[in-house]
Amino acid sequence: MVIDTQGLSFNFGSQSVVNALSLQVPEGSIYGFLGPNGAGKTTTIKLLLNLLKKDRGSIHIFGKELNSNRIAILSQIGSLIEQPAIYSHLTGKENLMNRALLLQVAETRVDEILELVQLKNAANKKAGKYSLGMKQRLGIGLALLSDPKLLILDEPTNGLDPNGIIEIRELLIRLVSRHQKTVFVSSHLLGEIERMATHVGIIDHGELLFQGSIADLQSISQPQIHIEVENTVDTANFLVKHGFTVNEINEDHITVPFASKTQMAEINALLIRNNYPVFSIHKTQKDLEKLFLDITQKA
Amino acid sequence: MKGFILSFRSEFYKTRKTAAFWSAIILPLIICLLLFAGFLSHSDKLAKQPGAALWFQFSWAILSVMGSLLLPMLIVFIAYSVNNIEHKAETWKTLFTLPISKFSVYSAKYIYALFLVILCLALFLLFTLGFGNLLAVVKPNLKFNEYHMESFLAQIYLKLLLSSLGILSIQFLLSLLFRDFLKPMGIGFAATIVGVILAGTGWQYAYLYPYSHAMLTVKSMHTAKGGNDQVMPQLAVDLLTKDIWVSLAVSAGVFIIGYFIILKKSVK
Repeated sequence: MVIDTQGLSFNFGSQSVVNALSLQVPEGSIYGFLGPNGAGKTTTIKLLLNLLKKDRGSIHIFGKELNSNRIAILSQIGSLIEQPAIYSHLTGKENLMNRALLLQVAETRVDEILELVQLKNAANKKAGKYSLGMKQRLGIGLALLSDPKLLILDEPTNGLDPNGIIEIRELLIRLVSRHQKTVFVSSHLLGEIERMATHVGIIDHGELLFQGSIADLQSISQPQIHIEVENTVDTANFLVKHGFTVNEINEDHITVPFASKTQMAEINALLIRNNYPVFSIHKTQKDLEKLFLDITQKA
Repeated sequence: MKGFILSFRSEFYKTRKTAAFWSAIILPLIICLLLFAGFLSHSDKLAKQPGAALWFQFSWAILSVMGSLLLPMLIVFIAYSVNNIEHKAETWKTLFTLPISKFSVYSAKYIYALFLVILCLALFLLFTLGFGNLLAVVKPNLKFNEYHMESFLAQIYLKLLLSSLGILSIQFLLSLLFRDFLKPMGIGFAATIVGVILAGTGWQYAYLYPYSHAMLTVKSMHTAKGGNDQVMPQLAVDLLTKDIWVSLAVSAGVFIIGYFIILKKSVK
């Protein structure tokens, strides 16, 4: 495990912000750390970077205890926390040069990074004049500068346009698949995580509600039968009368839990026999967005 | 040590284009230049005075302002600037996630602020001597070349530097803790005014109050200079007076306390 926390807790005054969090981030994964705003994602990240002092529990990174190996561990982590930390009076390149100086990284690496995050043309522009997306890219560039083994990124696609989001996503996937990095990325957008993560942890109110591979997450999602009908309310009532469960009644369709294909055919036949015209009927996987809502609302 | 050097170089790299850095250079230049122009335009009146008196007037004009308000306010500004650059850019969190010890980051920043104070005072000394000698060349009727007080001035500036260390540590810590401008600036300004009054009225315990130290140093020069300009007093600077010891002790104490605060403090 690259990141391994046990019973990690942090209180802000009497308020518990992170509660008994046990994260397991395997090497070579893109770990999507998912949760609504205010769930404790940034606090957790600050705990992982030793910026906040944990109240209880343990943190091991690269198999080493964080507090006693702080510098050795930090030298292998690149991070981006909240808004990128950028000196606005310096140019984009100077921001990178300053960090390169501190990390003892060669100047050629600065040019590589500028190329990588596509800021080469804006390298000599004051970073304060950058758009939000450019700042975010510079922030990611700063995190990548030392070629770290572990990248910890807090909402890295914030403020990026769709193209920018795709670029970052592809970059992260490339880093993991080609350069054997591990990426820990937080987001409140499930769609984003779904497209790139190999592993997912879901946090709400400081507690971990789910942790596992993306496939694990999808497998706990129950398949549904999506039935498009004319009068959804009448159809739903009719099905309930015949012993079926109706999960959802929408304007143009209803959903019923999927049990088997035979059952799906039965429903179809039953409706048609009783003059409920069926426009379409098919099996759907509950999408992650809904699943996420279910999990977070249950807690 | 490596971390300290890297951090110190980074401090210079970051601030070399800021007002904080350039004010430490421009301020002595402008003040000495103005004084130079003043002496030049009044050279006829001043030509009657002996060289010693000229040097005293020339250096005193700077030192008197320096001790009362200029030096403390400059320190308040420098301490604020080196910390504000991180507050403004939200970069504390990146500084403390560098693979560099917190002590190196903290001490490099403090020493860099000290470096700016030293730079500024050294330039004041240099420009005072430089423009004084330039006056002797440009206006030979001004008898600047008749007298030399390099060593005395160097000592008084050194004492000013030592006297400012206490305030520097306090202001540095305040600016580190408060991200807004008004708190460290307001506290610094008010404390300086009190310091000037305490030292000015000759309160016997003023030496215990760091914000009085610069003023006490300048006052001690005045005593050394003697009341009568026509008489050549024997100039000597008593460097390590009790106010300087207090300044050094406060400086070291607050610096250490600041480090422990940094260790415990959560980084926002």
